[in-house]
Amino acid sequence: MLLKRLIVCLDVRDGRVTKGVRFQGNVDVGDPVEMAARYCEQGADEIVFYDITASAERRACDLGMVARAARALTIPFTVGGGIRGVEDMRAALLAGADKVSLNSLAVRDPAILTQGAEAFGSQCVVLGMDARRVGPSAAIPSGYEVVVRGGREPTGRDAVAWAREAVARGAGEICLNAIDTDGVRQGYELDITRQVAEAVPVPVVASGGAGEIRHLVDVFREARADAALVASMVHSMGFTCRRIKDGLRQAGIPVR
Amino acid sequence: MVTILDYGAGNLTSVRLAFERLGETPRLIGRAEDWQGGRLVFPGVGSAKSGMAGLRARGFDALLRRAAAEGAPILGICLGMQLLLEGSDEDGGVEGLGLIPGRCVRFDPALDPAAKIPHMGWNTVAQAPHPLWAGVPDGSAFYFVHSYFARPSEAADVAGWTDFCGVRFASALRRGSLFATQFHPERSGEAGAGLLRAFLSWEGR
Repeated sequence: MLLKRLIVCLDVRDGRVTKGVRFQGNVDVGDPVEMAARYCEQGADEIVFYDITASAERRACDLGMVARAARALTIPFTVGGGIRGVEDMRAALLAGADKVSLNSLAVRDPAILTQGAEAFGSQCVVLGMDARRVGPSAAIPSGYEVVVRGGREPTGRDAVAWAREAVARGAGEICLNAIDTDGVRQGYELDITRQVAEAVPVPVVASGGAGEIRHLVDVFREARADAALVASMVHSMGFTCRRIKDGLRQAGIPVR
Repeated sequence: MVTILDYGAGNLTSVRLAFERLGETPRLIGRAEDWQGGRLVFPGVGSAKSGMAGLRARGFDALLRRAAAEGAPILGICLGMQLLLEGSDEDGGVEGLGLIPGRCVRFDPALDPAAKIPHMGWNTVAQAPHPLWAGVPDGSAFYFVHSYFARPSEAADVAGWTDFCGVRFASALRRGSLFATQFHPERSGEAGAGLLRAFLSWEGR
């Protein structure tokens, strides 16, 4: 049976994983590759490295880090942030990444999805999408609008329509991040996750809002997600991947 | 000695690194005449048609037939497994190496409308006895990414079974000194490392 995946996301700033702490700014929590290797040993099924500063500074993602991750990790990993075109995708994949996540670039220039799929195969092309709840309207029938720049910039696109278009253009997986629940730890946004999972024939990764094991159970069971992405649960809330997997297994969710 | 065939079908970085993690330094070759004997790894990602063209252009089709006849241990991975069969339905029909009787066919979404194709992610493998499974618990999960699967003619050639999209398909094949996996051992955690480790000491029998 195909198992449900637990994916750990690491936000990387200037080569380090940091955590925002109130009144103190960003506190360094570790080396991304060392942290990823630890999660891999604990039973994570996949890792996502998101290079936040690369994207903001419009420079390529850190290929040295990608190469170190490829050497250290025995599980698949995705890199996102700072991908400016097909050549950046090629460089990341040749350095050892399994997939590349395209977010705002795909909104700006959707042809990149097709170019990436033709050059490397759809299985390498992940569409990363941030969606915000706006309520259903004629222009946004799903009630969720695609946003970019960390939610600061609306695009006028419907999240489900964009997911369908991205898959038609070549995306092989969709990582759907709900802006409203991201960082709130009250659970994934089940409504839009289910809508997207039922609309597209490719796997959907739910992101944003996990704070308890029950939240992952809900997103797998009620929203038909194929994978669930966690960050703060394992970085700072004291959960290990092993404990999350044990909880999922006890709830009857098939996991590795 | 481990030699990895580089025939332009995808990127071999993760396969090479997986062997390096086990303390082995594999050689990558792009021409048949560079093989100096020993174990062969036949990886590959991409379409069957371009994969076969890449093999033929480098003389690797003849090399694989010769190595198999000589009993050299050969590990096929993903497309490298599919091309060992007689043919594939991909790209309107492609002739394979024919080292294992059978064909490659596509998952039929009608058998399970809820299944997402490609089959991507971790799935379990029920083992048929083989020395390469020595360090891998039966039922272990491995990482898969594919839309076509092997349908070998003879059940004796199957080394592992996996359920997906309404079928129980052959996720690992064996025949003489050939062993092949549809999944990616190089990206399958401890289970994958266990299989690769066993390959490094397997004599092909």
